[in-house]
Amino acid sequence: MSRVNDVGGMSGFPAVIEEPDEPPFHSDWEAHVFALNGALIRRGVYNLDEFRDAQERLPVQEYLAASYYERWFAAITTLLREKGVVAGEELELPDEH
Amino acid sequence: MSDDHGSSVISAQVRHVESLLESRGLLDAGEIDTRIDEFLAGGSPANGARIVARAWVDPGFAERLLADANSAIREVGLSMAGGLQEQRLKVVANTEGEHNVVVCTLCSCYPIALLGPSPSWYKSEAYRSRVVRDPRGVLAEFGLELPAGTSIAVWDASAESRYMVLPRRPDGTEGLAEDELAARVTRKGLIGTAAV
Repeated sequence: MSRVNDVGGMSGFPAVIEEPDEPPFHSDWEAHVFALNGALIRRGVYNLDEFRDAQERLPVQEYLAASYYERWFAAITTLLREKGVVAGEELELPDEH
Repeated sequence: MSDDHGSSVISAQVRHVESLLESRGLLDAGEIDTRIDEFLAGGSPANGARIVARAWVDPGFAERLLADANSAIREVGLSMAGGLQEQRLKVVANTEGEHNVVVCTLCSCYPIALLGPSPSWYKSEAYRSRVVRDPRGVLAEFGLELPAGTSIAVWDASAESRYMVLPRRPDGTEGLAEDELAARVTRKGLIGTAAV
């Protein structure tokens, strides 16, 4: 059974858009998410395959609506919760209540 | 930018998670910045270009590169083992009759050690979905119009296997030194969405 990330050959997507002189990251938080993932994998909190899987099993609507590094962050927080590293409510920003 | 608010919310969420992890001893203060600096100082398309230029001037190296890229790139001081795990590398050579292009249809697998951070278009659903169905049309969108008689091979990268294209050496470059040749090679040439 294919998952939402398995888009090879799927029709309906638009023309490819190139961004001239694109920076490696578009915001600081993207770089932080990238580095955070590497740090957690190197510490053995989860492995690379678990990380990919966590992205690919995001709810379909969430996957398609998210940017590349938003998916990464969603996968990281999913795994931190599932591995019992943090409780779900701890992930919420304090001022959101 | 219209997404400034969204960006500041996720920035705060990321900082929050970082401090949670620091408090649990799973992240050292300063570790994130160090990793970002290392990453940005690491892979760059100049690495891939160096491999290509060597292959253009040294047929023996080109042969070893196409047979076993993981071993051959060590001759120029590069490796696929610097990341989280060693990845198999296959280098595919363009010829007069065949052009190669690389994609990762499932996500964004890419030889970062040789090409640096990948461009957003490589990670886009538009590229991933369409280049396997209509490679000629997608390459034309990049400005690369291939003759009708040129066949196109599309290589789909995976978690364990990465690909890099060896472009054809441009005509009229016989007199150029290896570093001058390397300067002609572009990131898109190494992915296959440009000729060189």
